[in-house]
Amino acid sequence: MNFSLLVYAAPHSRQAAETAYRFAVAALAQGHGIHRVFFYGDGVHNGSALASPPQDECDLPARWQALAKEHELDLVVCIAAAVRRGVLDANEARRYEKPGHNLREGFELSGLGQLAEAAIHSDRLITFGA
Amino acid sequence: MTLHTLNRPPSDRALLDDCIAALVADDTLLLLEDGVYCALAGLELPAGVRCVALAADVAARGIGDRLATGIEVVDDIGFVELCCHHSRVASWF
Repeated sequence: MNFSLLVYAAPHSRQAAETAYRFAVAALAQGHGIHRVFFYGDGVHNGSALASPPQDECDLPARWQALAKEHELDLVVCIAAAVRRGVLDANEARRYEKPGHNLREGFELSGLGQLAEAAIHSDRLITFGA
Repeated sequence: MTLHTLNRPPSDRALLDDCIAALVADDTLLLLEDGVYCALAGLELPAGVRCVALAADVAARGIGDRLATGIEVVDDIGFVELCCHHSRVASWF
C-alpha cells in the first residue's frame, strides 16, 4: 500500500511529529511505500537544519533526514508556511534578502499542489494533527 | 469503513463529541497521544464501532492497567494495519 503523511506538528511542541515518524518507520518495515511526507503549519520546523536538541532527546529533523536517505522519501515542506516561520532554502533567503538559510538537506520547499497530488496518488493520506 | 484517530484528551469535550457523532457501524476509533486518556472512562460509542488505543502512548502514560473494558491495544504495526483495513482515515485533533 502507498501512504502519504501530512504532519502539522513541530518537534518538541506536540507529540504528533513523533507519532508520524513512528508510523513511517512501521509502514516501511512492513514493506509499504511512502509516496510523500508533507509538512504543514508548525510542522515545517521538522525541516530545520538548525534545531539542536539536547543529546539525550530525540532529534526528529535528523531522524526524518536519515529515514529519507535510506528509503528515498520525498519530504516536502509547505513553502508559504515555512517562509513565514523562518524556514528558508537558499532561493527564498535570496528572495527575501535574509542573511542565511536553514532548510535541512533532504527536504524541499514546495506548494500545496504537492499535497493535492499526494492525496490523489496515494492509497491513504494520514493526517497527524497538532 | 473509516478509521478515526483522536489525539486530544477527554477534557477537549467538544472535539470528542464531534468525533463520536461522526462514528458509524464498522468504523474504528483509534486513540493516540493524549487521546488514550479517553480510554480510562470508557466511551459511549455507536453499536458496531471498535475502539483501540496505541500501545506506546498507553505505556508512556502508565495507564495500561486502567483501561475501560472492551478497549484493545495495538502497536505501531497495528496502526499501519488498521489504516490498510479501512478505506479511509479521518484525524480528529
